[in-house]
Amino acid sequence: MQITYTSGEQIEVYRFSIPVTIGVPLLALFLQAFIPLRFPNFAVYVDLPLLVTIFFAMARRNPISGLLTGSVIGLAQDMLGHGAIGIYGIAKTVVGYGASSLGVKLDVENAGARFLVTLGFYLIHSAVYFTVARGMVNMTQTWSWLHGILAGLVNAVLGTALYFLLDKFKQRT
Amino acid sequence: MESVFGRYKNLIWLVIVLFVQVLGLAMQVKRGNDQEHTRLIRIWVVGAITPFERGLVWLENSGGDIWHNYFYLRGVRAENRQLKEQIEQMRLEQVRLSEDAAQARRLQNLLAFKEQYIDKTVAAQVIGTSGTDSNRVIYIDKGENSGIKRDMAVITSDGVVGKVSLVFASESQILLINDQTSGVGVLLGDERTQGVLSGTANGRVVLNDVMSDNQVPVGEKLLTSGGDRIFPKGLPVGTVAKVGRGKDLFLNIEIKPAADLSRLEEVLVLTEKQERQAVADDSGRNMRAADILAARLPSVPDKPAEANAAAAAAPKTAGAPTQPAGTNATSNTHAPNAATNVAPPSTQTPKTSATNTSAKPQTTTAKPGNSQPKPAKSAASDQAPTQSPTPNPPSNQSQAAAPNTNNPN
Repeated sequence: MQITYTSGEQIEVYRFSIPVTIGVPLLALFLQAFIPLRFPNFAVYVDLPLLVTIFFAMARRNPISGLLTGSVIGLAQDMLGHGAIGIYGIAKTVVGYGASSLGVKLDVENAGARFLVTLGFYLIHSAVYFTVARGMVNMTQTWSWLHGILAGLVNAVLGTALYFLLDKFKQRT
Repeated sequence: MESVFGRYKNLIWLVIVLFVQVLGLAMQVKRGNDQEHTRLIRIWVVGAITPFERGLVWLENSGGDIWHNYFYLRGVRAENRQLKEQIEQMRLEQVRLSEDAAQARRLQNLLAFKEQYIDKTVAAQVIGTSGTDSNRVIYIDKGENSGIKRDMAVITSDGVVGKVSLVFASESQILLINDQTSGVGVLLGDERTQGVLSGTANGRVVLNDVMSDNQVPVGEKLLTSGGDRIFPKGLPVGTVAKVGRGKDLFLNIEIKPAADLSRLEEVLVLTEKQERQAVADDSGRNMRAADILAARLPSVPDKPAEANAAAAAAPKTAGAPTQPAGTNATSNTHAPNAATNVAPPSTQTPKTSATNTSAKPQTTTAKPGNSQPKPAKSAASDQAPTQSPTPNPPSNQSQAAAPNTNNPN
């Protein structure tokens, strides 16, 4: 018997319609690329595709689905840049897998849990990105704990609000 | 065996997906990140995202145009007056620069000097970014269909922005100069020290390869050297913001880019540049050296605005010649020495004629021998410190500053 820390109701797996499955990540990518034109620091502190990855992974509670979602969103994000393709892909695959695995074990429906999960996964995402970019692609990267925690907090606050908005698109299986 | 796969199914999937991506990444690294190989999948994503960006930028611009052109017209009259004054000043400045350029061309011709000229530019609207702070790229709404090719230089009227890194049918990706993979050959304005400009991981712009025995003052201007064969020589790049001692024998120089890279809206892509020998202006060949010198000597300063107004109001009583129609009194108001100089009425004659000459600089070829624009020229040179930081001829400048004339769309 599998031991979980969630109630029977909270363990419920959700699914999403096809327009939401495609449209929400696309919208996140679009906003992530467009908003920095008007607010240059947006891209420094906010990662909307990451928030969407975490949300879908936690809601579906299926690690394979989570890692594939993360992988696709991450690769798409890589393609908007000019560098090697796969750095964001790898980082978001790990996050997607981790978030969906955590969704099975923990109650991730309340605001506090969502805040902490997003903060934690932002740091994991940054660490994986830093390792791959520096170790494999030989990109010059600088690690700053201050920036990491600050950006993590910003994403956590934004993510917590965004998840409640995206909850409207959930469909019970 | 089956139970092992069943038990670790999720983990196996994770390993497989990660392995495939790591393999793909390794292949790209080995190929030297040749973007031609990854072109197709980039086209899909860019094709899916940029139409929305293009649409939103269009909506934003249309809304802004309606607001600014039809509703919000507060201060437009004053701004218009101010701009007219600025145009007057710039025309005077242009006359002076035309003379300098003509002389430079004569000298270049003597030395059989070849120079790169900007022949054609395409104006483009910035529609998006990469969305990450590790890739400093922007997207513009012009691509292969507008004649844009890879490695073309991208500038604004302020200075260098970057180069075209990827071209799609109707969009292009621009690699900004503050990206860590970019590189621009530059030289320091006065010292003429050469170096390579590049970006850092956190988006700063630094100048590399300058030895520590060089004197690099803060505030020194940087121009493109032309050595990278992407940017023509003489385009403004930025100014030295901070100088420190770096690794080994090199200086650590931080640069403030001339163009505001974080708030780009419209850019110019240099689609054509030509290398040709400078053509001397024969019109000044028979000119005497004394005339050239006379044209450069400081002249009698301008009359103050009040005196001009009084002279214009009562021309008969003063006995001084009136200003001809079309001479804008406001240009006198803002003359550099207007507050300090009191000029006799007789000095009005050359000044007004100079103003007339300067009113149509495109048609009036700047001839050093022409003594008419003398007083105004000196006024302009005093008033407006050299605004063109590039050694390129003004024809290049005006070409770059007027993108629409060359815009094929």
